[in-house]
Amino acid sequence: MEALQKKAKALLESGAVKVVIGFAAGTDAQTARPLFAKTPEQTAKLVWDESCKQNLATYLLKPEVKALGKAAVVGRVTTARTVMQYAAENQIADDAAVLLIVSDDGQITELAKFADIEVYLAKVPRGLPAEAQKEIERLQAMPLEQRWAFWSAEMSRCIKCYACRAACPMCYCARCITDVNQPQWIPVATDPLGNLEWNIVRAMHLAGRCVDCGSCSDACPQGIRLDLLNRVLAQEVLTSFGGEPGYSTRKEYALSTFKPDDKEEFIR
Amino acid sequence: MADYEPKVIAFVCNWCTYAGADLTGTSRIKYAPNIRMVRLPCTGRIDFMLLLQAFGQGADGVIVSGCHPGDCHYTAGNFHARRRWIVFRRLLDFMGIDLRRVYFSWVSAAEGAKWAELVNNVVADVRKLGPYDTFPKRLSGQIRPLEVA
Amino acid sequence: MSETRILQKKSLGELFAKLTAAGQRLLAPVKEGELLNFAEVKTPEQVALDYIQTRSSAKLATFPPYEPLLRYKFNGKDVEQQPAEPDKRPTVLFGAHPCDAASFATLKAVFTWDSQDAQFETRLANLTIIGLACKKADAYCFCTSVGGGPGDTRGSDMLLTPIDAERFLVEVLTPKGQAVVAAAPQLFTPAGNETKDKVLAKVAPRFSADKLKEKLPAAFGNNAVWVEQSLRCLGCGACAFVCPTCSCFDIQDERNREGGTRLRCWDSCGFSLFTLHASGHNPRHVQSERWRQRVMHKFSYQPERLGVLGCVGCGRCSRTCPVDMNLAEHAQALAEMKA
Repeated sequence: MEALQKKAKALLESGAVKVVIGFAAGTDAQTARPLFAKTPEQTAKLVWDESCKQNLATYLLKPEVKALGKAAVVGRVTTARTVMQYAAENQIADDAAVLLIVSDDGQITELAKFADIEVYLAKVPRGLPAEAQKEIERLQAMPLEQRWAFWSAEMSRCIKCYACRAACPMCYCARCITDVNQPQWIPVATDPLGNLEWNIVRAMHLAGRCVDCGSCSDACPQGIRLDLLNRVLAQEVLTSFGGEPGYSTRKEYALSTFKPDDKEEFIR
Repeated sequence: MADYEPKVIAFVCNWCTYAGADLTGTSRIKYAPNIRMVRLPCTGRIDFMLLLQAFGQGADGVIVSGCHPGDCHYTAGNFHARRRWIVFRRLLDFMGIDLRRVYFSWVSAAEGAKWAELVNNVVADVRKLGPYDTFPKRLSGQIRPLEVA
Repeated sequence: MSETRILQKKSLGELFAKLTAAGQRLLAPVKEGELLNFAEVKTPEQVALDYIQTRSSAKLATFPPYEPLLRYKFNGKDVEQQPAEPDKRPTVLFGAHPCDAASFATLKAVFTWDSQDAQFETRLANLTIIGLACKKADAYCFCTSVGGGPGDTRGSDMLLTPIDAERFLVEVLTPKGQAVVAAAPQLFTPAGNETKDKVLAKVAPRFSADKLKEKLPAAFGNNAVWVEQSLRCLGCGACAFVCPTCSCFDIQDERNREGGTRLRCWDSCGFSLFTLHASGHNPRHVQSERWRQRVMHKFSYQPERLGVLGCVGCGRCSRTCPVDMNLAEHAQALAEMKA
């Protein structure tokens, strides 16, 4: 924590950045809140622990935050992957932000140029978090009807608040598909079909783009495991196409590229 | 359910499968009348949401069919579609949506007989599976009961 | 009108049975995984009675997440229309805290100030509220800053306070409350000198809603404050949806070529396209303006125009917010701002 505060303070003092986006203590011990430290003194409020969950890279695309000037963002590997994926999607310029990546053992790595971020990410272990992996396997092992019963129940809790969309760094469309109303493609009502279609469309629109930060299910007020939908498709994209978003700036979005010999066994 | 007739919606590309189905007709090959064809320019244009729309409006089965890889009228549309289907199937299966009711095929403009066989097989399979009652339906707007000629 | 009684906790089963037999639908807080939400129940075993707050509010008893307003069928060039039957099901909302009970007054002001909203009015007319006073509160509660309190009786037809492990002190507050007693009179025994104040949670006021209301019109133009407060806001609808007094809605048609249904669905002023005009102009195109709207609406416009506060201090918005936008904190900061 102190090392982080020191680094953040130095960045502000030197003028290298105009704002450090990190976390401060929140309303209670289990909650942290995003902090936008604009002066060196404000960096004393920075904290870092398991309650610091939201992927802060999402603020790099927010107009009011961009207006503050060059930012440093505190985060994890997934935060770095987010910036790489933003780069691959032309949402951010090289060296436009500074990353302060805190690893599990507390080491802080300062990165800014895409090339450096790529080198850093090439060295970190990959794969879904163990808990998510286990849960996916548990669900996949269920018979069809039981899987459907599970997901029907999850979907019935959805209130269509779109917190998942707001928290997700990759959901940055100025006009989301849910806002398309000529015709209303995704039903607004929280009926079973509307909820199912929303969650499916979001999972599909993120397939090959999701950087595994888990902010979606962290944000969900109803505690729905919609992160598992994104993670299962991340697995599929990797297995079927070798696609792994957020590790380079190469534009190789799995669903807008193809190989003539892509394999499948279900097409008659 | 003695009077259950499966409703199968087929999303097909204009240049291959639609033309192939046309050939089935001009060849006077009879096949199950349970399908409704929706013609699109290319499988690459077939949004996965259309399949959900079909089920949400009461379809019991869905066929998606287009040109063989390498033969796409727009060169690469079916390649993109194939990737989309691979990912979409995984999601549907993971969520417990019945993949046995979703069929993908390549049917060319010359394959009139293949189309008939495919449709007959699909309708027979979906008849055995029964109506897709567990899939949530649109709040209003179900497709009318199919009148079998 | 208030009378007091005692109700044994172990009598709840019989009370529920009597109410159900009288045709009442029962809504109460129910455990859903890690969370509590209001749902239909049959027995008290299903009900969570010892809780600080549910995730979503009880407003769904009068203003559900979606409801049909109108059904229509196309007949050539004509359209046959049929207004949807308002929901007349007699319902008992059991176990809502005083904050939720008080929220219905705000909703009623919104839904009936210029026209009588049939769906809302019918539901409210058929709703009996058996409130549950609070013995516990947490850092998110701020009912006492907005005219409420852990034992507040506003909005409840009957208020239960658990005065010990076995008994509720019952305040019978309205004719609907009396009807509940009449459904099972033997269960409601006379009260002695029991009072509720000793067991109620202590919630220190954090700001004065009146002072805030005075400050807000001048604060409207202070852009820096709104930007600063809302920098972290992600613009989701979670706060509006879980809030007991938020009532914005979207009209949607679910239809096909033959006809359809017109629905009313929850909406949120926090969504980026909430105020998008058909011309393409969006008067609230940045989050800071949407945040300002939320605060002004609840603490300035509604009190001024409708005579009701748009907030009951339940704290759900803050508990639910993915980035800890603590409304009480922000309100306090605004109330204490130098002019």
